[in-house]
Amino acid sequence: MRTEAATGVLSALWVLIALPLAGAAVLLLAGRRADRWGHVLGCLTSGTAFVLGLVQFFALRATEHRSVTLHLFDFIPVGDLKVDLGLLFDPLSAVFVLLITGVGTLIHVYSIGYMEHDPGRRRFFAYLNLFVAAMLLLVLGNNFVALYVGWEGVGLASYLLIAFWYDRPSAATAAKKAFLMNRVGDVGLAIAIFLLFAQLGTVSYEGVFAGVDKLNTATLTTVALLLLLGACGKSGQFPLQAWLPDAMEGPTPVSALIHAATMVTAGVYLIARTNPIFDLTHTGQTVVCAVGAITLLIGCIVGCAKDDIKRVLAYSTVSQIGYMFLAVGLGGPAYAIGIFHLLTHGFFKAGMFLGAGSVMHGMNDQVNIRRFGGLIRYMPVTAITFGLGYLAIIGFPGFAGYFSKDLIIEAAFDRPGWTGWLFGGIALFGAGLTAFYMSRLYFLTFLGKPRWTDDVHPHESPRSMTVPMIVLAIGSVAGGYVLKALGLFEWLNPVFGLAPDEHLHAERLSAAAVTAMTLVVVAAGIGIAYAMFLRRPVPVVAPAVTNPIVRAARNDLYANTVNEALFARPGQYLARALVYVDSRGVDGLVNGLAAMVGGTSSRLRRTQTGFVRSYALTMLGGAVLVVAALLVVRVG
Amino acid sequence: MTPTYYLMLAAALFTIGAVGVLIRRNAIVVFMCVELMLNAANLTLVTFSRMNGSLDGQIMAFFVMVVAAAEVVIGLAIIMSIFRTRRSASVDDANLLKY
Repeated sequence: MRTEAATGVLSALWVLIALPLAGAAVLLLAGRRADRWGHVLGCLTSGTAFVLGLVQFFALRATEHRSVTLHLFDFIPVGDLKVDLGLLFDPLSAVFVLLITGVGTLIHVYSIGYMEHDPGRRRFFAYLNLFVAAMLLLVLGNNFVALYVGWEGVGLASYLLIAFWYDRPSAATAAKKAFLMNRVGDVGLAIAIFLLFAQLGTVSYEGVFAGVDKLNTATLTTVALLLLLGACGKSGQFPLQAWLPDAMEGPTPVSALIHAATMVTAGVYLIARTNPIFDLTHTGQTVVCAVGAITLLIGCIVGCAKDDIKRVLAYSTVSQIGYMFLAVGLGGPAYAIGIFHLLTHGFFKAGMFLGAGSVMHGMNDQVNIRRFGGLIRYMPVTAITFGLGYLAIIGFPGFAGYFSKDLIIEAAFDRPGWTGWLFGGIALFGAGLTAFYMSRLYFLTFLGKPRWTDDVHPHESPRSMTVPMIVLAIGSVAGGYVLKALGLFEWLNPVFGLAPDEHLHAERLSAAAVTAMTLVVVAAGIGIAYAMFLRRPVPVVAPAVTNPIVRAARNDLYANTVNEALFARPGQYLARALVYVDSRGVDGLVNGLAAMVGGTSSRLRRTQTGFVRSYALTMLGGAVLVVAALLVVRVG
Repeated sequence: MTPTYYLMLAAALFTIGAVGVLIRRNAIVVFMCVELMLNAANLTLVTFSRMNGSLDGQIMAFFVMVVAAAEVVIGLAIIMSIFRTRRSASVDDANLLKY
């Protein structure tokens, strides 16, 4: 892929990152003084970054190769390792910049209303700004080290924001869990970067992708799988999916921005960005597809059983990112489809999370959907915007998800060999399950009879919250069609080494057949949800069940149990064994030596009896010995 | 003149003194035994001095006597002080300075 040096407005790329970073610094350093205007500054930096990003996006369209690099400074010049911090603005990073700053700004505005009564609102905006800066560095960096710095930065921001209400033990624990599970993935990413540097001597995208075909298959597959491990950690994919639902302990805008629209899609970005590596390893691509397929099933199944509105949405995020992984694992034209789904998902999932936040805002922070019901009469704007997002995610014809998800299913069926049938079937089944659990969520929350506790008085949220929801709802309705009509695929394809007009040509099953099948399973899902949750009265306490699948789903498919049994317990045992070795072995040696010296001296001390005559005897003995020795030496 | 007798006498005196220091408890007697040993040494010095025909040994004996006189002053003062505080001149009783 050819690239050119940044000129004109594009040479101000660094401002995109610097703005929110400066915002975060000011908000954190100014302390209480910034309490009154902190939220305004937070929105301004993010909003300005969006406008600037938009200007630069159009500037990029005017350039010849549609890919510019901007060298900032020599980051690490040590021996053979030369890392120049530079930025790469190409079609892929451009759409991410617009998604991050656009959705980010909307959520900043929403947070003004949502966090109005929270004493830590300024800190919240500081962390949000920090997150936006780190995420922009992640997508704009032109080498793996810059990506890694951004990668860790968003991890830190995610940790700080999940634990925003750090006085709640559940939030603190969830933050630690997210941080630790992310570390597992980050280790994979770090080793992948080490491997690439060891083999190719460079960490820049340009150098790595130019030399990647010289690597042998084993190295390539290893690097691909390690990158996938990193992506799984950040994106909450199987087997590292357990942290994402717990991350919902953070404030709802955080769930919308970080744990739905942007940060968790960083894994998809990573795989799409390193497409020259994945294109060369069929095994790696198959594993990416398999991870995506397994995760989308896990997300759907657990989503059907949860009663917490945010957790249902969290599992839905897990499953939708599974779709994106499936798409980028398929390779070829499906890369752009994965990114397409990422963008539409960014709209509708962020919108639904904001809707969920609005519901909680009006319902005294309750989250149990069995305690909602009939809210459409009291929160019409929330109900309608949420409803549009709901129609988008289930793939209702004409809505955003209909365009992106159908294409993924189509592409999955098209994969050669029996795996195509398997992945396609899973994706199709997942679409039905998605329709079921999202309908269940919508019916239980907004339709049916009220099942509220006595003390709630539901009311619509303030304007600052509803406006972002309306904007995102418009995106959920029109996003799919507009992005496709604007030529998203033609725009993205060059990044993936494809001709701009290369499209998916379904060969195994025609597009119409896939669409028809998808609509049938979606209709079935909605129908079953209607029969179970709208026609029949819903108990306010989840009925006890003996069905093992439902029980497993209510327990997150025992993911936490497995993690505990496989990793946490053995880790604890290992730690205890090491403590034993340390306290008994190492300390024992040191303490034993000291005790030996001490014991010997205390025994020797006993010879100091205090009897002068015994000292005199000793002196006499000594003198005799000296004389004897002299005699032996002189005479003998 | 036969030095053997003088040397044997000195040896006998020294042994008596050494045994006395080791087995007697009374500080005064122990002290006298120490003097006995010093004088046995003096006798040896003088004997060898006469044998070799030089005055070095006799001068050395004077030095020893001077040291012994000074030592008697300090030693008796210590014994007096111990006797005053403990009402006993036994060296075995004065055993505070120990482990």
